[in-house]
Amino acid sequence: MTDSSTHAPSSVPPSTPAHGFQLAQVNIGRFVAPADSPQIAGFVSKLEEINALADRSPGFVWRLVDGSGMDAMGLRPDSDDDLLQINCSVWESIEALKDYVYRSAHLGLLTRRREWFERLGERHQAMWWVPAGHRPTVAEAMAKVAWIREHGPSPQAFDFRDPYPMPTGRGNATAVSSA
Amino acid sequence: MTDGGAGYGDLDVLGVLNDPVRRQLYRHVAAAPGDVGRDAAAEAVGVSRSLAAHHLDKLVEAGLLAVDYRRLSGKSGPGAGRPAKVYRRAAGEYAVSVPPRSYDEVSRVLADVVERAGLDRELQTAARGAGEAAQGDPEAALAARGYQPFWDGAVLRLRNCPFRALSEEFPALICGMNLALVEGLAAGAEWSVEVDPCGGGCCVALQRTGEAGDGDKV
Repeated sequence: MTDSSTHAPSSVPPSTPAHGFQLAQVNIGRFVAPADSPQIAGFVSKLEEINALADRSPGFVWRLVDGSGMDAMGLRPDSDDDLLQINCSVWESIEALKDYVYRSAHLGLLTRRREWFERLGERHQAMWWVPAGHRPTVAEAMAKVAWIREHGPSPQAFDFRDPYPMPTGRGNATAVSSA
Repeated sequence: MTDGGAGYGDLDVLGVLNDPVRRQLYRHVAAAPGDVGRDAAAEAVGVSRSLAAHHLDKLVEAGLLAVDYRRLSGKSGPGAGRPAKVYRRAAGEYAVSVPPRSYDEVSRVLADVVERAGLDRELQTAARGAGEAAQGDPEAALAARGYQPFWDGAVLRLRNCPFRALSEEFPALICGMNLALVEGLAAGAEWSVEVDPCGGGCCVALQRTGEAGDGDKV
């Protein structure tokens, strides 16, 4: 497709420098009941399949896991809240993450979110650009959630509705707040 | 994407569909699962290739169809010939209401409230009920609601998402509502309904669960 009379589709990713940036995302959710309860069983039974789907999705880079190495259910982002779950991953682009979240079988799980997760009155997700190869920690991810709650979307922490473009320049030349 | 105001811009766009041949061509291309070439469009509507080309390009000019270039022969490299123009439905949305009405604005505000209140399941229950209230064959009911169903092997896929703009703004909420609505439409018949996004259209796919067999589609 070299014809110049058509606009380039927006899904074409911008050229990524070898040492550029990748997109980190965090999403927290509070179970309506303990993880081993019948109310959550439907979610738990889907977890392995949906994580495997993420792992093989185009643009997937990495996801945060607990000691089991399988998923993040053992992590406690808030030590005072045994029901709070964290989901954190790194992707090559916003579009790649969006394709997985909203345009894959993952969408089927999303439509059932209220069976398993409480409605949170505050923002519960954030994304931000990290130097390629960077792996966010739980503390860094939670700080991003706190940031977007306090300041709203900004280049420090944003969401699908108010995305910020990948920074230009070399990712490894930029300090990140958690470094 | 109605263009606000009194919608006269949209009226101009839709006025392009006034020509019956053009309207038939639009319907054919918009409902086709993939891109459509000039020859295929001309044949489907029963007009000459040059007349079809003229009307297809008018539809592109108006913003109702999008155009791309592709080698339809499947060949590539020297000798494969010039790439052919292919057409598909454009992404833009146009609506005309006389007198002016703005239900999309209402639906956006309502969706925002339902989302904030976390009423996904209540919305799904209502949608399922609305689907169940519709009578008749699910495939016909889906077609009547603008889903543009088509068979992809044994799977009934939906070429169009009738709630597109809203589902992009509130994906979990609106796709969940839509799934329940389709489940309601298919209730009583022997269908399985699941989320299986295939790009472009509605993310819901249906399959007959009755006796596996020759796929009689009545």
